[in-house]
Amino acid sequence: MALVSVRHLTRIFDVSKPWLNRVIERKPKALLTAVSDVSFEIEEKTVYALVGESGSGKSTIGKMLVGLLSPSTGAVEIRGVDLTRETDAQKVDDVRADIQMIFQDPFASLNPRWRVRDIIVEPVAARGGETTGMAEKLLEQVGLSARDAGKFPHEFSGGQRQRICIARALASEPKLIVCDEPTSALDVSVQAQVLNLMSDLKDEFGLTYLFISHDLTVVQHMADRIGVLYLGRLVEEADPDALFDDPKHPYTQMLLAAAPQLGAFGRDVPPPTGEIPDPINPPPGCAYNPRCPLATDLCRTTRPELRAVRGARVACHFAE
Amino acid sequence: MTKPILSIRDLTVEIPTRHGILRPVDGVSYDITAGEILGVVGESGAGKSMAGNAVIGLLSPPAHISKGEIHVNGRRVDQLQGDAMRKLRGKEIGMVFQDPLTSLNPLLRIGDQLTETMLAHLDISRAEADKRAVAALEEVGIPGAAERVGSYPHEFSGGMRQRVVIALALCAEPSLIIADEPTTALDVSVQAQIIALLKRLCRDRGTAVMLITHDMGVIAEAADRVAVMYAGKLAELGPVRDVLTAPLHPYTDGLMGSTPLASRGKARLHQIPGAMPRLDALPPGCAFSPRCPKVQAVCRQDPGPHIEDGAGRAACFFPLSREEVA
Repeated sequence: MALVSVRHLTRIFDVSKPWLNRVIERKPKALLTAVSDVSFEIEEKTVYALVGESGSGKSTIGKMLVGLLSPSTGAVEIRGVDLTRETDAQKVDDVRADIQMIFQDPFASLNPRWRVRDIIVEPVAARGGETTGMAEKLLEQVGLSARDAGKFPHEFSGGQRQRICIARALASEPKLIVCDEPTSALDVSVQAQVLNLMSDLKDEFGLTYLFISHDLTVVQHMADRIGVLYLGRLVEEADPDALFDDPKHPYTQMLLAAAPQLGAFGRDVPPPTGEIPDPINPPPGCAYNPRCPLATDLCRTTRPELRAVRGARVACHFAE
Repeated sequence: MTKPILSIRDLTVEIPTRHGILRPVDGVSYDITAGEILGVVGESGAGKSMAGNAVIGLLSPPAHISKGEIHVNGRRVDQLQGDAMRKLRGKEIGMVFQDPLTSLNPLLRIGDQLTETMLAHLDISRAEADKRAVAALEEVGIPGAAERVGSYPHEFSGGMRQRVVIALALCAEPSLIIADEPTTALDVSVQAQIIALLKRLCRDRGTAVMLITHDMGVIAEAADRVAVMYAGKLAELGPVRDVLTAPLHPYTDGLMGSTPLASRGKARLHQIPGAMPRLDALPPGCAFSPRCPKVQAVCRQDPGPHIEDGAGRAACFFPLSREEVA
């Protein structure tokens, strides 16, 4: 059985103006659909990556997985337990302890007034566990020194801080770590160090990652399975080789063509046209139809379902 | 060889602090000719933006140019003050910053921002400026330009805003554009649009561009030559293909190795050990020596010679030979 099973997950945010403004201006409520009917599964000890541009809903899905947000409809099941509907508090608590998160900004996600030792053991201390010597051991595992435990976060560089975040995530011995753009704030050479560390730790502790990123090259390097999101919808899901060699959804094809490539000196490709539509008023039918070269009347009226195409799952009427 | 639009010679920027003098830019020299895009890459703190700010006179005190010369169109500009500097900005040098929202005035319609710039620098009438504002917006690909001149910056998306900033930078027809991380805040598909736009405009007008970025992919696609900076110094400079595929400096080689690439698959990324030193704790000799795989005793004492190899140059005693890498 898959470790994580996400089923028909939808999250709608109410972004209306205050009610008095609405009454005076006679404006209806504004509802933003950040995630729309997304389903996927993550096998144990694999890396599942979600890629997409800003506003595609990838971080919202990550937050729903760890329970920072609750789904509007649909469900997240982890080891068969639906965290939002399960009534047995003990069961929920057990599963919760198995999930940790690493955030994008290592400057904002560490409390500046806490010592590194206290930050790292907090996930265990909060549940009343034994923490003697734990911070020192974890610091060495992530490539820092045991002596760093007594320091404050401001004494570290960005890459070192992200290592502290990883140590904190490891403290409660989780099975699943949700990594939301863990290297976007880092320089290339530091990014390489952190990505290598994450791969090593995954093998050592048998971890499962949900890896959220906008950087296709990083995703290709890390992932066992990739889901591509567009405007809150999963448009394609495939293994990395299949996705990069043979993208089936027109959006994925556009994304791959647009990504800057190291070998493409002075490349002159016609850049993609258009922009991501407004998520408050998404286009009817397929969300990509206004930018899609293949769009027909069918695409403008009927939303395509995800269907299996040669080992991948694609939400396009014309993928084959 | 044609005369360079921008010529920087031995540029050094100093910041005096209580704990001694920091040099975020240290002895940097390069030229940019008309119609050329020079990419400036480096990690955060390498001094790439500081060098750009020095050219346009936007160093915030106490940072100042302590040594070296900057020439724009053959005229020395590093000592210009006040009004003379303001004339240079916009007229001869256009600037595109990373964040398009903070580089536009939120209280002015974008048409007014364009005409204000043109009236300040060009000898044209108000009506002519209005006409040119619409043309400038059309040129950067803003649909319905005639109506959109009356819009405020917040009414545009991030990509459209960056187009407005580019139109603003180009409207007084400068001969040099400094683009400081122009696409870092943008999505991949929009980034591709903006890069293509910059390339097209510069080729058509023969504008010289200093493209400051940390993204090697952007450099590969857009730049003609590339300058690699490390801890305030120029580590390597050369034609983009040479620098990226057959680097001379070990730092460039390490940087390329740590970039995830499709062709490398899931193999471990090459790691440069350690991190870039802080400016107040630079090692003696070559700043890269503590992390360098080819380091020798002499590297720790002497910053290294500038060696030339064809069209490229690097600051290293033991450069990688082109054959060794290829």
